[in-house]
Amino acid sequence: MAQRYSSFQQGTRMWLLQRITAGFLLVVLAFHFFLLHFVHHADEVSFLMSSGRMETMSYYSLMVLFLLTATFHGVNGVYNALVNQGLSGTKRTAVKWTLVAASVVLIVQGIRTANAWAGIPLY
Amino acid sequence: MSQSYNRGLIEDFSRWREFEAGMWAWIFHKFTGWVLIGYLFTHIAVLSTAIPASGAETAVLQAGNDVYTQTIISLEGLLLVRILEVGLLAVAVFHMLNGTRLLLVDLGIGLDSQDKSFYASLILTGAITVASVPTFIAGAF
Repeated sequence: MAQRYSSFQQGTRMWLLQRITAGFLLVVLAFHFFLLHFVHHADEVSFLMSSGRMETMSYYSLMVLFLLTATFHGVNGVYNALVNQGLSGTKRTAVKWTLVAASVVLIVQGIRTANAWAGIPLY
Repeated sequence: MSQSYNRGLIEDFSRWREFEAGMWAWIFHKFTGWVLIGYLFTHIAVLSTAIPASGAETAVLQAGNDVYTQTIISLEGLLLVRILEVGLLAVAVFHMLNGTRLLLVDLGIGLDSQDKSFYASLILTGAITVASVPTFIAGAF
């Protein structure tokens, strides 16, 4: 049998979610890079331009979904890499909840930022 | 049915001499993953300057004198940041290409040529990165 180099236990819900978010991120990250570096250039960025994009509901929704999936995919990847390196017991539980807390902070801060651009008074 | 496989510790001295393509792909995927999640936190922190900027007067925003626009312009004015952006692109492109390779292998596609697809990911990452340098460096000088 071929050797598997995956850090994930195959067949679990998290394993599947990691792959589903990967598929989504492949498309959206490519779009994000293309739009913000090739269509518009990074040094031309201004608050009003970012605001103009974020005031469009479809763009705002896509970016919020991008934030949620990227955070899950990244943090779950880090957690599984650490477990794969032998993290277990109390340390594993502590790391897990620290990563959950960091994810919540990142998501809240990201949505506050998106709201500031979109003119949604929740930030 | 999956089986466990004892990879040993990658930190063991000279262990890398035993590595084959699949192990390098695994290490590069982990490394680029760590860089990308680190960048995500930094990215949101920098973009958060939009929160105080949103309270600025319209004239200030139109002139681009708000804290968000000025932060981005200052960062993009640094050659080091431009070079780091090229590095970020390389890291992201490799993670995406190798990630596609992993998704295909998980689906049982291309398992026999997984070493070739790893080399293809590396070559394509290099080509895309080099081709993107002019766009990323434009206006830095």
